[in-house]
Amino acid sequence: MTNDAIKLEHVSKKFDDFTAVNDISLTVKEGEIFAFLGPNGAGKSTTIKMLTTLLRPTGGTLELAGNNVVTHPDAARKSFGVVFQDPSLDDDLTAYENMTLHAALYSVPKTGLRERIEQLLALVELKERENHLVKTFSGGMKRRLEIARGLLHKPHILFMDEPTLGLDTQTRQLLWDYVTKLSRENDMTIFFTTHYLEEAEMVAGRIAIIDHGKIIALGTDQELKQQTGTDSLEKAYLKLTGTKVRDEEVSDADNRASRIRARRIR
Amino acid sequence: MRIIYQLWLRQILKYVRSKSRIIGAVGQPLLFLLALGYGLGSVFQRAGQGNYIEFLVPGIITQTILFASIFWGINIIFDRIWGFLKETMVAPVSRLRIFVGSVLGGATTSLLQGLLVLIVSLFLGFRPYSWEGVLLAALIMAVLAVSITSLGAGMGSITDNIPGFQSINQFLIFPLYFLSSSIFPIDTAPDVLKIIASLNPISYAVDALRFALINQTHFGIGLDLVVLFGTMVVLIGFGTFCFRRIQA
Repeated sequence: MTNDAIKLEHVSKKFDDFTAVNDISLTVKEGEIFAFLGPNGAGKSTTIKMLTTLLRPTGGTLELAGNNVVTHPDAARKSFGVVFQDPSLDDDLTAYENMTLHAALYSVPKTGLRERIEQLLALVELKERENHLVKTFSGGMKRRLEIARGLLHKPHILFMDEPTLGLDTQTRQLLWDYVTKLSRENDMTIFFTTHYLEEAEMVAGRIAIIDHGKIIALGTDQELKQQTGTDSLEKAYLKLTGTKVRDEEVSDADNRASRIRARRIR
Repeated sequence: MRIIYQLWLRQILKYVRSKSRIIGAVGQPLLFLLALGYGLGSVFQRAGQGNYIEFLVPGIITQTILFASIFWGINIIFDRIWGFLKETMVAPVSRLRIFVGSVLGGATTSLLQGLLVLIVSLFLGFRPYSWEGVLLAALIMAVLAVSITSLGAGMGSITDNIPGFQSINQFLIFPLYFLSSSIFPIDTAPDVLKIIASLNPISYAVDALRFALINQTHFGIGLDLVVLFGTMVVLIGFGTFCFRRIQA
């Protein structure tokens, strides 16, 4: 019997008169790699913020590894690691210090901690730079460090919000190699958003497309292509979401609204 | 305890790595000490008030801690802007522990600056009344540092931009400093100033430090300590209240 790692039931999020997420339901199984796609302002980041306890939903329930995110936030928090869209490292600390701080935040046992940190830094090819200040790192190095840090407490689920944004093709390739390998080896669930459709096609088992706060398609890339009668995920995506360029203001308003109205679940 | 220690250590590491902060922290009070101490010293003496440097050192130490502590709150805004705050907010740790660790770290750096000014003043001829007094002074400085750092952290939690934070705090901190007994004696001040200074908790910090360092007091050390600890409780309350409401 496989368990559901992530479960959303009728989840909604309203900011004043703007509905960012409108009654979405989906489940992601343990060990699955799940891509969450959609145009700017469609509700992707809002959904990830609700899943990672940064935003409280206005309706519905969210569960991570069986823990309700709203009623048992700390149990839910222990179950996931997250790589945010923007960096969340301390630039004035070294890579190693960022890792030990994270270990304390997640009560990772001290015995064997040094080995584990070094192993993870080696995995993302930052072992030689462990004692360098993060401010000397490139964007790609910081992203790799965030991934290593997100894995330190052995989460069941890894959330990644546009993890490859602004990275070059080599780094993106490398990053997905690590992540898919980790998922396979540890049966770790991965839930990510991206604007690079070929990434979703390449690594994701299933793909959901969200637009205007609603899930408009859900399935494997083959299913999405069949459903739309197209031969690539990109064409299927455009057919589903239209070719109109989205007003960036929607996403800005969404961000602003979430910053102003956000209530962290305590 | 582990997370409080790690967050405390984070602040210390950030501080010792920023040489400009250390130089700036001691430079400004030193300038005040030299300009006021030597510039106004003869006037002070002529007015029959004795050695001005001796009178001034507790006030300048207070100033150092006051300014360093309140402006430490800017780190809360930096953590939000540069994203580190999110790392702590998705972690299974209570908001209170994050606040306590960070504020203790910030307060420690302010306290170090205050002690540094005390050491520098020794070279300018300042002599503490007794060594026990210096220990008491360190305790008073620590209480002041924790209080004002909590205030700064609270202000940093409710302001979302740096210019706003700076202007609000300058507006707040300059009257607190100048309308205390930091640079003039309360006894001989005009009545209005006397009343204002007596309502200002900073006056009690200065007065307590004067008692500890040069054995002079206006309010009495008992009242000083009551006001200081009371203020600390209120400001820690204010800081935690604001910090709990912070959003990433």
